[in-house]
Parts: sequence; C-alpha cells; structure tokens
Amino acid sequence: MAVRMNVIRRAQDLPREELFMPGHGLCAGCTASTIVRHLLKIAGKNTIVVNATGCVEVSTTMYPYTSWKVPWIHVAFENAAAVASGVEAAIKSLKRKGIIDPNKEIKVIVLAGDGGTYDIGFQALSGMLERGHKIMYVLYDNEAYMNTGIQRSGSTPPHAWTTTTPIGRVMRGKPQPKKPIGEIVAAHRIPYVATTNVAHFIDMDNKFIKGLEAEGPSFIHVLQPCTAGWKFDPRLGIKLARLATQTAMWINWEIDHGEFRVTVRVPKRKHVKHYLKPQGRFKGLTDDEIEEIQKIVDTEVERINKMVGEEVIGPVVE
Amino acid sequence: MERVLQKVEQKRIALSSNYAVAYAVRDVDVDVVAAYPITPQTTVMEKISEMIANGEIDAELIHVESEHSALSAVVGASAAGARVFTATSSQGLELMHEILHIASGMRLPIVMAVPTRALSAPISIWNDYSDLMNTRDASWITLIASTAQEVYDAIVQAYMVAEDPRVLLPVMVAYDGFVMSHTYEPLEIPVDNKAIRDIVPRRDRVTLNIDKPVTMGTITDPRWYYEIKYQQVKAMEEARKVLNETSLKLSEVLGRRYEPVEPYRLDDAEIAVLTYGGLFGTVQEAIDVMREKGLHIGGIRLRQWRPFPVEELSHLLHNIDLIIVIDRAISYGASIQGPVALEVIPVANRMGVNVVSMIAGIGQRTVLEKDIMGMVIKALDYLDQGIFPLRSIYWGVRGGE
Repeated sequence: MAVRMNVIRRAQDLPREELFMPGHGLCAGCTASTIVRHLLKIAGKNTIVVNATGCVEVSTTMYPYTSWKVPWIHVAFENAAAVASGVEAAIKSLKRKGIIDPNKEIKVIVLAGDGGTYDIGFQALSGMLERGHKIMYVLYDNEAYMNTGIQRSGSTPPHAWTTTTPIGRVMRGKPQPKKPIGEIVAAHRIPYVATTNVAHFIDMDNKFIKGLEAEGPSFIHVLQPCTAGWKFDPRLGIKLARLATQTAMWINWEIDHGEFRVTVRVPKRKHVKHYLKPQGRFKGLTDDEIEEIQKIVDTEVERINKMVGEEVIGPVVE
Repeated sequence: MERVLQKVEQKRIALSSNYAVAYAVRDVDVDVVAAYPITPQTTVMEKISEMIANGEIDAELIHVESEHSALSAVVGASAAGARVFTATSSQGLELMHEILHIASGMRLPIVMAVPTRALSAPISIWNDYSDLMNTRDASWITLIASTAQEVYDAIVQAYMVAEDPRVLLPVMVAYDGFVMSHTYEPLEIPVDNKAIRDIVPRRDRVTLNIDKPVTMGTITDPRWYYEIKYQQVKAMEEARKVLNETSLKLSEVLGRRYEPVEPYRLDDAEIAVLTYGGLFGTVQEAIDVMREKGLHIGGIRLRQWRPFPVEELSHLLHNIDLIIVIDRAISYGASIQGPVALEVIPVANRMGVNVVSMIAGIGQRTVLEKDIMGMVIKALDYLDQGIFPLRSIYWGVRGGE
C-alpha cells in the first residue's frame, strides 16, 4: 500500500487557491460545482482534466469564457476515458523523449456524469481500467441524464420519476435497480475504488487524495444531488446528500488494493422516507412502494455488513 | 509521380502498402499510436507493434477496445502535444465517424491510414471506397495513394501538412484494401531516417500545457459557432497551398514529385479516364492498349480528394471532350451516384467537357483492362449519340440496366 502523504482532517486543511472559477452556468444549489471545486483544490494546478459531455462541461465552458484554471479538454460523451488514456500516454512518451520535463508530475483526471459512465461511456472506461492507465476517474452521479432534461440512466434508483420513467397508473417510475458501478469497476482489480458523498467532504477529499496517489487507475464515485432533476429546494442539496448516507440509500466505502472498508459508519439508520419525501422525483409513491425501497436498502445493508464482518451500518431507528 | 533529382541516399526494398505505412510512421518519429484491429488494416498495426517491441519506434502503443476509442485516444494524445498515428478500415472508420468531425473541429494534426474496404451489410472484407467516401464532409485532408511508394511518401507528407500552423487539420491517407494493403511492391526509402525527421520538425502549437492552461472543446453558442467552422473552411483552402509546397519539398529530398491530379498520356488526348487508388494502374494498361489502336485517350489520377483540386483538374481538361470517371463507391439516391464523378461534373461543365460516371469494383469485383476498354466504348457511344445519361452506369453488375 502506498504511503499517504496528505490527509485532510478539517476544512482549514484545504488549499486556499481556487482553480475552479465562479461565473459558470450551473444551477443555483447544484452540488456538482462543490465537488469540482474540492477536486481541483486537492489535485492542484499540475492537472489535466478530461470532461465527458454533461452538465459540468456545458455550464463551465461557454465560449469564449471558461471556469477552468487548469488545462481542460472535452471531446464527446462516451469517450472521456479513451481521451484521458491518450493524454496520459502522450505525457509518458513526451517525458521519455525529454520534450516535456520528466520530473514534473502531471495528474490526469476524468470528470464524467452517470450517463457518461454507467451507460454510453462504459466500454471506454473498462478499456482504460484494463490497460492500467494512471488516471483518476471521478464520477459525479446525479442519477439521470440531467443535461438533456432528466431522462433515466443506468444509475437512476428504483421507482424514481424521470421524464422517460414517469410514475403513472401502470408504470411506477424506474422499474430496475441502480447498476452497482463501483463494484463493477472494482472487478477490474484496479488499485483504488471509492464511493463518497458531497456532504461528507472530508471523506470525499481524502478519497481524491488516495485516488491521485494510486499507482494505476482509480475511480471515485460521488453522489451529487441535483436540484432540477430530483426536484428539491436548492437549499437542501447537501442535506439530502447527508440523508442519503444516514438512510443507507448511499454508503461511503472504499476498496484500497482489494481491501474493502466502509469509511462513514452509520450506527443508527434513518428510514428511507426521510430521504425520499423531500424529493419531487419520488412524489406519488405509495407507502408500499416506499417500503419496497426500504427492503432493497435493508438487503444491501445486510450484504455490506456481512462483507465487512461487523455491523458498520446499524438498524433503522427513526 | 514524376522523378526528379534524388538528394538523399535510399534503399530499394519490397513492402506491402500496409508495411509501407509502418515504415513511414517509424521514420517520422511518432509519440503515441492507438488502434483497434480490423481487416485489412491489421498488418499496419502488427508491423508497428513489432517495431515498438524491437525499439525501432519509441512510442506509446494504446491497445484500445474500439476504433471509437482509437481515434478518441489519439485526439487526447494530440491535444496533449504528441505526434500521433492511427489506422482503420470500413466499419472501424464508420465507428470513428463522430470523432472524425471532432478531430478536425479541434484542429488536431492527426494522421490516419485507411486501407479502404466495403461497408456492411452484407459484410464484405474486400475492397471498395465506400468507407472513405462517407468521410467526405469530415474536414480531413484526404490523399488517395496508388502505389506502396506513394503510401510511404504520403504518410510523411501528411505530417508535414497536418502540423503546418497554417493548416492544423487531420490527414487521411487512403489506398486499396487487399489489392494494395496486402501485395508487395518495390519502393525506395531513405537509408537514414534523419532525412525524414528534418522535413517534419516538431513545431509549437496550442496544447494541454500545465504552464499555459487552455480550455479545449468548449460549448459554443450561435454567436460563435459559424465563425469557428469558417476557420476550418479557410484552413482547408490553405491546405491546397501547403500540399503543393510540401510536395515540392518532398521531391527535393526524396526525388519523387506528386501532383493533386496526375495526368497519364494526356497531351494530345480527347478522351480521359479518371480514377483513384490502385485501379489507376489497370487504367494505364488499358490506355496503352487503346493508344496502340489509335484512340486519343489519356488518364487522370485523383490523388488529392480533400481539398478537391478544382484548378488543377481544370488545367488537365483543356483539350478533353469526354471524361469517364470510375468510382468504387455508391452514393445511393444521388443525382449521379459516383461520389468523385459528382465532384468532377461542375469542373467539367465549366470546361465544356462531357462526363460519364461509371461504378465498378464494388466489394472488390475484379476490374480488368477489358472492363476499362468496355467502359470507354460505352462512353464513346454516348458521345456519338450526343446524349449522356443523367445517372451512373453500373459496370458489370448482374441484373443491371
């Protein structure tokens, strides 16, 4: 295991320098900008960002303006991992030939949403992981195609409303479960995989550090509440992210060189209704359907606890 | 091709066109290669892999999981400042199609070899130019070579043109799949690749540089998009000049001079046969036979498909009455279904030259000298009658009209 050079213990440990500039067009209350701001603070300026098509891409680079103080490239929706593979290979080759300074460490980060990762970008991602490029892939997961107007993705949770999975008399939101992308990525046996949550930013930032220090590919999966797509009051983004963890709708874990660990323990769990009720996308679900979601979560909690070998996520108490 | 005084020491070797590509890629010193195997491109990548494994090429080879990722990876590598290469055919080129437009829109000097192949369905691994012709509007400079020698030379020239600051557009070098990609021909290459490296020096351009951060591939609204695309139009126009300059430069070093359209026995010709790729060799043979029979006929080889050599073609058509354009691709439902014929027509019209569009060699249906002569006789019938069909003629198809 690599020696960890830096650990963030509190907000004051974060660098003051801002590399992600304000003035972009992301929605008021969007938590993606919080994630990106932290990400660049951790990564620093010797970083190249490869952005898949998505909310962050379109909202931060309206020509001739940009929010990025690091080199940044967008090519298409489904190929960010392939583009980043090329960037990383170019750096390797040019360093070897002395065309760029071989002593300069240049970090390569992919930033992609759930559509660009779970679905259309999955093949390129798998290729990048299999080839072992030293790239940190950051997935900001808002659980639908928000940029095109809230269509269902492989990440959308069961029973969630989207414009393509309405809650009607016959169809009751998304019929399928959320694809376990983190574990699918981990099956590639890369050095570091983690799930994290914008409300637990210390957990998130330390995972960015670990991901960047990994000797090969790393994958950081961040839950990103979306005010427009989840239909909640823009003030509530961080609160909802925290509720996701408190209800175990979302579990913060890591697989560090094969070692699985839950990084944010939840001794007393809240019922999923506390997470679902403030969100318009779950409006109209019956109590039975909410209980159905609760059962899915209970099963997942049981599986995770078994994997860890102790009760890291406790019972529902409220 | 015209032979001029040779300046550097060269050796004569036998290579397939695919191997000729690999030798050129070696000699220009590429940094990153990404490719995915597809017939008939495979031996390009096999040879490059071998050269990298032996230390003859110092490059990162990315074994991507698709052609879409192959082009995406070289886009990333090129944006990061590397000299890059990829190659594909047929379905692979189709899978790349989305990124073709992005590569040119981002003004990245990528070079790609395309041993051409028919498109599915039905699946055919054999040659025609359907794949290449589908890339017509992708804003890639496109050269179509006719010999292994030219394939080598064109790859070198491709880097000279692509990386020129007046151009900065990607370049495709196409040639016949199988007929050229897998057959051996003698060619000359420099003994010392320093001669090549001197004519493709590394030049500064805007890249993903941590000391000078840039944002590449932004979103652009209606206030700017049109102007940015118009810059591509200008770059393609500039490319005409740079292609001619680099042809001259190449001839000074290697002793071989290429023109955008190349005449064959055209001086006193009244009839011309125009085609591209390896088929031009067959056309030349047929012209020799027809000349012996007293026909005033010559050939025109289209080497530069994009930018289309309007002026150069006009010059060649001065004394021509009839031009027969042989296409090996079909533009289904078009007014004239031969894609190159369609582009020759406006030039020929301006010069008062009659055009007959012939489709042949689809899915590598054999085209022999007698087929070329048959096409000429057919076209002469139209000339005699003074009525030219407003469609393409499908030569040798069973059940055709």
